[in-house]
Formats: sequence, structure tokens, C-alpha cells
Amino acid sequence: MPYIPHTAADVRAMLGRIGVERIEDLFDEIPRALRVDALPGVPPALSEMEVSRLAAELAARDGRRLNFIGAGAYEHHIPAPVWQLVTRGEIYSAYTPYQAEASQGTLQIMYEYQSMIAALTGMDVSNASLYDGASALAEACLMAVRAHRRSRSARILMPVTVNPAWRRAARAITEGQGIVIDELPYDPARGITDPKALEGHAGTDLTALVVPQPNFFGQLEDADALTRWAHANGALVIGAVNPVALALIAPPGEWGEGGADIAVGDAQPFGVPLSSGGPYVGFMASRMEHVRQMPGRIAGRTVDADGRTGYTLTLQAREQHIRRGKATSNICTNQGLLMSAATIHLALLGPVGLERVADACLARTAELVSALTSIGAIRCAFAGPRFHEAVLLLDRPVAPLLEALASDGIVGGHDLSRDYPELGHALLVCATETRTAADIERYAVSLGRLLGRAAAA
Amino acid sequence: MSQIPADLRYTKSHEWVRTLPDGSVEIGITDHAQHSLGDMVFVEVPEAGRKLAAGDACAVVESVKAASDVYSPVAGEVIAGNAELATRPELINQDPYGQGWIMRLKPAAAGAGGLLDATAYAAEVAAAG
Amino acid sequence: MKKPEPLIFELSQPGRGATAQHPPGVTAELPQRLRRRSRLPLPEVSELQAVRHYTRLSQMNFGIDTQFYPLGSCTMKYNPRICNSLALLPEFLGRHPLAPASTGQGFMSCLFELQEMLRQVTGMAAVSLTPMAGAQGEFAGVAMIRAYHRARGDTARNEIIVPDAAHGTNPATASMCGMKVREIASRPDGDVDLAALDAALSGATAGIMLTNPSTLGVFERNIVEIERRVHAAGGLLYYDGANLNAILGKVRPGDMGFDVIHMNLHKTFSTPHGGGGPGSGAVGVGPRLAPYMPVPVVSKDDGRYRWLDERDLPQSIGRLSGFMGNSGVLLRAWVYMRILGAEGMRRVAEYSTLNANYLLARLVEAGFDAAYPGRRASHEFIITLKRQARETGANAMDFAKRLLDHGYHAPTTYFPLLVPECLLIEPTETETREELDGFVEAMAAILREAAADAATLKGAPYTLPVRRLDDVRAARQLDVAWKPAAA
Repeated sequence: MPYIPHTAADVRAMLGRIGVERIEDLFDEIPRALRVDALPGVPPALSEMEVSRLAAELAARDGRRLNFIGAGAYEHHIPAPVWQLVTRGEIYSAYTPYQAEASQGTLQIMYEYQSMIAALTGMDVSNASLYDGASALAEACLMAVRAHRRSRSARILMPVTVNPAWRRAARAITEGQGIVIDELPYDPARGITDPKALEGHAGTDLTALVVPQPNFFGQLEDADALTRWAHANGALVIGAVNPVALALIAPPGEWGEGGADIAVGDAQPFGVPLSSGGPYVGFMASRMEHVRQMPGRIAGRTVDADGRTGYTLTLQAREQHIRRGKATSNICTNQGLLMSAATIHLALLGPVGLERVADACLARTAELVSALTSIGAIRCAFAGPRFHEAVLLLDRPVAPLLEALASDGIVGGHDLSRDYPELGHALLVCATETRTAADIERYAVSLGRLLGRAAAA
Repeated sequence: MSQIPADLRYTKSHEWVRTLPDGSVEIGITDHAQHSLGDMVFVEVPEAGRKLAAGDACAVVESVKAASDVYSPVAGEVIAGNAELATRPELINQDPYGQGWIMRLKPAAAGAGGLLDATAYAAEVAAAG
Repeated sequence: MKKPEPLIFELSQPGRGATAQHPPGVTAELPQRLRRRSRLPLPEVSELQAVRHYTRLSQMNFGIDTQFYPLGSCTMKYNPRICNSLALLPEFLGRHPLAPASTGQGFMSCLFELQEMLRQVTGMAAVSLTPMAGAQGEFAGVAMIRAYHRARGDTARNEIIVPDAAHGTNPATASMCGMKVREIASRPDGDVDLAALDAALSGATAGIMLTNPSTLGVFERNIVEIERRVHAAGGLLYYDGANLNAILGKVRPGDMGFDVIHMNLHKTFSTPHGGGGPGSGAVGVGPRLAPYMPVPVVSKDDGRYRWLDERDLPQSIGRLSGFMGNSGVLLRAWVYMRILGAEGMRRVAEYSTLNANYLLARLVEAGFDAAYPGRRASHEFIITLKRQARETGANAMDFAKRLLDHGYHAPTTYFPLLVPECLLIEPTETETREELDGFVEAMAAILREAAADAATLKGAPYTLPVRRLDDVRAARQLDVAWKPAAA
């Protein structure tokens, strides 16, 4: 019996102690008519050896390719200690630190993580993670509505340059509470939120403006101007940011005069592999004045009965297990394991390492854009500064090209034709520090061949 | 036993009401309520000028193990919230009927209709066991 | 007690670093106006310092791998190591979620098979794997119920009925979905009070959220009658899968008449809890709610797997994550289910129930009071220390803290809220009889200590990295982020 340790003698002795004859007797309160005796659709058991072979074959079928997609999930080098440490049983197999004295490891990691996220974003306080970036943005919209004392509209301005999947999630998660999300168009030349689009909203009752930095196109928004406008018009500012970029670019806490009010994003780039889509780790930070409106777990530093420093979950009265129907969110389980991975990753990179990663992302993406646009028949969609992604415009549909590239061992980018049909045949590409000059050349040669053109060396 | 001063009026939801000489009223939570909530860690008081109907949630008191809404026992307009509670929430534990007051209200109508006197409130507390 | 471990920031020295982890320096061009002004206050430590620091921190934790962890309602069973190893195969790990589906057929076949197996064990019509934790599964469930009534023009249905024993996420979820919560009482024997249910049902009833077995550790015997009455009133039934472990392979929520369920894969299907996540809250639906499932969902057409999205399911409640949920968690659950197979599913319910009833019987022999005497335990049960608290002054929290000194993680304390001084105990099927006996001995020893020396008990724990922490100070003098000392 896999993972069940009972011997026949154990079972006999235990049943005797309970005072029943068969295990089956323990289910005698369940109406007989509801019982099932077989699960025909579940395959028979496999040994560990057999399932390992099966999984390895399935994985091999998928193979490995050179990746040039970002679009919300980024491939970075993960230091070897990160996953060796987080898969230690004491971290991997612990639960939410309800018994603080028996969970000081998890709690101190939470506190360190919160400190790192607060430092990166330039905000006062961070929670100990949400599910992912998309759901963190949704929670930020809900939090803004609670935090904004005067706004009655529950209206959020959401640039179209925010990740389309995040916008969909924000809508799906906030819809039940009557929150209105108005989308803002972008300037077609620069691929950033059009300041003119804001004018029509001036003077109306607004709850918050979302500012993506960098935005989904990889372009850097004028976060200062957007923040100033929002604050002048009585709206809170929610920064939706890439955390690696914050090593180089101004963090939400430095935007405008007073900084953004809430910052969210996905900390996946810190120690979390692409892993086919998850689990990732949403982060959220805010100004201290809004901390009681923040969802999710928060660790605090305090002292024990002997005056020693220790850590505990704090501000729990916000949470569902105490506040029930009036909680800030229904979240309880968060992304603890990934939060730990992100913390260890940042500790290993340090300020110098993270700045170098960010510099390399910027430089590699510039090289990629230069290599691909030199093929001919490909041009860059937008002018202006960007971080580690770029939109390229092609002369033919992108999807078949991506399939052909995949056969060539290259995952060539994300097709934007569904979410941004106005751009035509648009491809979003990304290069992080993990892409070498040789990788970029390989991509350019392969794409050039598919397009019937030689890539300029 | 918790203290229930005879000169105040009470609600079943454990607020107390004191009529001040100028006709305004002072409102807080009872000794019984602070005791069952435990050590206060945060109190959110209403802003002056806010208009309340009787029964409106007007403040939040938060301890480590619970968070409760405080309901306005009477209709009226808030004159002041107790700003001192922002930094010293423990005043509610230490002096629930004095320095731990939560808000002062200009009542919409005179009198304390529908509120319990000390004897009736004591009976409520005893019945809840 | 161990030496306190400083914060990673306190180990930092300017100019130090784990330099093997730094990529080569390059200069990137970026306009000055966009640049970060403040320095980046991250720690500067060597690789060994970081490894030693986080290893030491890990040693301050209890985990399933180190201790018996009978946390009620959390199903802290063994997390087979192979589930982790296979989810970390480089091809699965390196795959970008937006790469063409043609490059992920192996991965998607695992997910499709997982969907099918979960559909079978729950008896539902369809499954969506995307919710990222139980609470998000609950959200998806209530959002689907809301969407269903709205699509029928039945917009007056805005109330969700929740028994008073329910987990706090149930009412919190209902509120998140814009629903009003109507709480109904449980009877002294732990079952739902049918008269209270009748009084709560009306034309405003959108649905009821039930956990069965309930958080009181007993199977709801009136489930068939509850199903009949709620459906007759036009409401739908939501099954909170927190306790699915108790009935796996024995009874299926679909057969009980539930319209929607969420499963906690990190409980029943043994994916790791990770110090608070990741979870995974896959949802199963009956035919009525199938059109509203959250997307994406894996489908198989002509032997090819693909993702169904909003275009395939136009009535979907939408997307709850950036991609397709916690896929690495889903892979771990797939491995676990394939190793257990159909027969293994049934054994999960049988042996978790055996362990719970045995532990309950032994604790009662040792002088503890069952909260619901005369009822069978499900995979978990409640003891109440109300009598002990009255007689000795030592309460459930004191017992919980003292258990830590005995090397056992504490059960869930003070939940459910309606049982005074309670411990909710869930041993799981992966524990040996010897481990359970050791726990009983520890509880008996604490009981003797409570009678003899309650003051010692109230000071526990004594052997952990810290003693009881000042929660009031933590909340009043909020310190939630390290700040560099002012230069």
C-alpha cells in the first residue's frame, strides 16, 4: 500500500481498540445509497519506477528549446542553492506558520522577503505573497477601493498596455463587487499610455490608475507623469511592475512626488522556473497607511516571553479566519515555497548581481531587436526606451512562423494578433541574461531562412 | 464581573452612550466588550461630520484575536472621533468608559429611546453567559 | 535553545557577494530620468553565508518530514519525494507557458489525465485545474453559481447559506463574489439543523456551501435531504473539498448532488504545503455549471491536446491567473494519483479514517472529551478541553504549546469557532500506529501536568527557538520590514 504503513496486525489491534470489526464499519454513518465501490476511470497503480519512466518519456516528447518569450514569465538563471534549500523537508513540508514557535524559519523568511520587496519597490510594507501577478493586480484593485476613503465610484483606469491576461483576471476577480474597469488606449508611436487619453477622465470620481512599468510591450511608461496626474485627480496609483527592472528603473515608491500607493507584480523572475506556467508568486507592497486594507499574510517582528527577538503572523484580524465575511480577501494559502525561493535568490544575487542581471536583460534585448530587424521585412513597432521585451512587426502572420521556429528548436516569441489586432502581424520577443550572442544569432539565422532572407551578421 | 455604570445607557451590541451637558452624546464600548475582545491593537474612529443612522457601523475595534464593528446606538452627526486611540488603542482596555471613548455625536433627536439601562444591560450580559 | 539567527541583512558587508551568481557586467543605456534614485538595499553576503543562513532557518521549522503534524483540516500527510522530482524534470521546468501547444503535448497529457482522474473521483461532469488555491477554487465556484443564476435572469438570488462550523474562507468568498452570507446553526450532534436551513431558504438563495465531512469531523447524515431542499428552493450546492481525504473513493460529491466542488490538491493529493503554499484548488462542476468554468481547460481533440479559452467557453467566469494556474503543483498531483491508482484512492479514506477513530478512542481512554461523542470520526475529530480549562486553568492553547515541547506539531486550535477550547486533530493515513500512540502519551502527560502544575504548562514552550511571542506588541508596534540604519 503506497505510503500507508499499517501492517495487518496494526489494523486488527486498532479496530479492536475502536470496537469495530472491519474498517468498513467506520463508514456506517454514510447513507449506503451514496457509496461507490469502484473508480473505473482511474488507472491502476504504478510503482515509482514505472511512473518515473512514463513522466520522463512525456517530458522528452516536449523536449527543450531556446526560449525568446517573456510576456509575464521570464527565464533567468537560478542559483543552484535556491531549490536545494527550499526542497529541504523543513521548508517544503511545513504549513502556514500557525504555531509561531515551531515555524520561526518560515516566519523569518517571510519577514526577510517582505523587507526585500519593500526595498525593491520603494514602498513601506509588503505582504508575504499572493498567488501570481495577475491575481495580485486584481487584489490591488479591490484594496484600492477599500483604501480610498472619498471615492465612491469604484472605478479603476487600466491602460491597455497592462498584460492582457492580467486585465482579464482583474475583471473576473473584481466583477462581483461592482468594480468598474475603464481601459486607456496607448500612443501608437511609442507604445505607452497616451496622456491625452487621461484628459477625458480629469475631474471625475476615480478610485485608482494602474501604471504598468515596463508595460506589456516592454516599453517604459512615463510613470512620473501618470502618477502626478492620478494624484492631482484624486486617484490612487497602483504600480504593476517587473521586479528585475526595479534594479535599474525608478520603483513605484519614487514615482511622481509622493510615490505610488500600491505596487504589485510577479516575483517569478526571482528563483522560480518557467515551469509551464506556475506556481509563481504574486507580490504586493503599499504605503503604511493602507496596511490594514492589504490582503494576505504578513509576518511581524516582536519579542517572546524572555525578551528574545522572534517573528509571528500579525494583523490577522484582516484575514478570513477571523473576519470571515468582512475579511480583506478570502486568500489563506499563499505561495510560501516560491516566496522562500525568491528570498534566497535575492540574497544570492545581492544588489550588484541584480543590477547586472537587469543591465544584461536590457542589453540582450537591444541586441535581439537589432539582429532581427536587420533581417529585413521586420521592424520595431515602437520607439522609446524599453526594458527586456520588444514588439516586432512582420509582413506575414506570426503563428505559422512560430510553429516552424519551434520545429527548429526555438520558441520565438508571443503572437500579439489576438490581443492587439490593430498592430497587424505583431510579435513580442524577450531576451534575458540567459540568452547569449550565439543564441541570438541562431534565432536570427533561423528566422531569416524562414522568411527567405539572410540575416545580416 | 465587568463594570456597568448606572448612569449610562447601553445597546445589546455592547456600546454605551453618555449624554453630555451640551446635549451631545459620547459613545464607546463596554467593559464586558473590551474584556471579551482582549488587548486592543487598533481602533478606527469615524471622521467629524459623518452622518450616521442608528445601527450604522461607525468604528472598528481590533484585537489580536478579533475585529469588531462598532454600531452607532443613535442617529446623528459625528462631532469628533477619539484621536488619542490612534496611538493608544489600549485606552479602551484600561478605561472603557473614560479615556477609551470612541466618538462624540450630535444626536438627530433628543433622548435615548430604545436603549437599555444598566440593569437591563446587566441582564443581557448575564443571559449571554 | 539554539542561538538566534540574525537577519540576512545583518550578515551583509558592503563589497561582498555570491559572485559566482553574477552575470558579466555590461553597460545598458537608459535615460537618467527613468533610473532608480535610491540604492538597492539588498544584502551582500557570500554564497556560503546564504546557504548556511537558510539552512539554519529551515532547522527552526517543524515539517511533516520531521514531526507528526496533526493539523486538523489541513491533511498534513507525507508528500512523496518522487512527485517533486518528476515535476522538476528539466523539460517541464524550462517550458514557457505561452510556447506553442505543439511543444507541450507531453505536459498537457498529464494535465488532461489529471482532469479526468479528478472528474472520476468526484463524480462531476467536468474539471478545471486553474484555481491556484482552495480559496480561489471557492471563488470560482461561487462566481459560477452567480453566473448561472444571472444567465437565467434570476438576479434576485444573492444569498449564500453557510453553516456556522464553516471555514472562514466560505463567508469571505461569498462576500468577494458580492453575495450576502446567511449563517445557519449546527445541531448538538454536529449535523446541519434542517429547520434552520428551511428558514434560511428563499427566492434569494443562490446556494449553500457545505464541507462534508464537516469541519466538526463528522459526516453530514442529512446530505440527501439537504440536497433535495436546496435544489427545490432553486439554489445550488457547493462542496468545499477541504475534507475530501475522508471519503476519497468511498462517496463522491457528484453523487451527493453537489453542483460544484473545489479540491485542495495540497491536502488530498499530497502536493507540498511549502510553508504556506502553493496550493491548488481545482474545481469540478455538474452539467449545469460546465459552461461557466474558469479558463483555460485542457481538451483533447483527435489525439491532440489544446487549451480551451474564452473563445471556446464564452460563458466562462473568466481567467483567474496569468497563465493556467499552478501547473507544477498539478504535475505533482498527477504523479501521486498515478502511483496510488484507483485502489489507492480508497485506501486514503479507509486508513485516514482508521487512524482518526483509533486516535480518538485512545484519547478518550486517556481522559479527554470528544466534542461529538457517539459519532464516528471522519478523517479528523475534535476534542474539547472545556472541562480541563475549568478544572485546571490550562486551556487548549496551553496544551497546543506544550505539545511542541514533546516534539509534536499542535493540532488546529480554536477552530471551529463554535466548539469551546477545541483541538481539531487530523492524523492522516501515512502515520504509523506507534506515532499515534506516542502522541496519546504526550497528551496524557500534559493532562497530568495540567493538574499538578498548570503554571509550567502556561509558560510552554521551553525547548523551541523562541518561547511564546508577544502578539499584542507585534500588532501595536508594527515591524514588518527591515530598514537600513540611517547613514
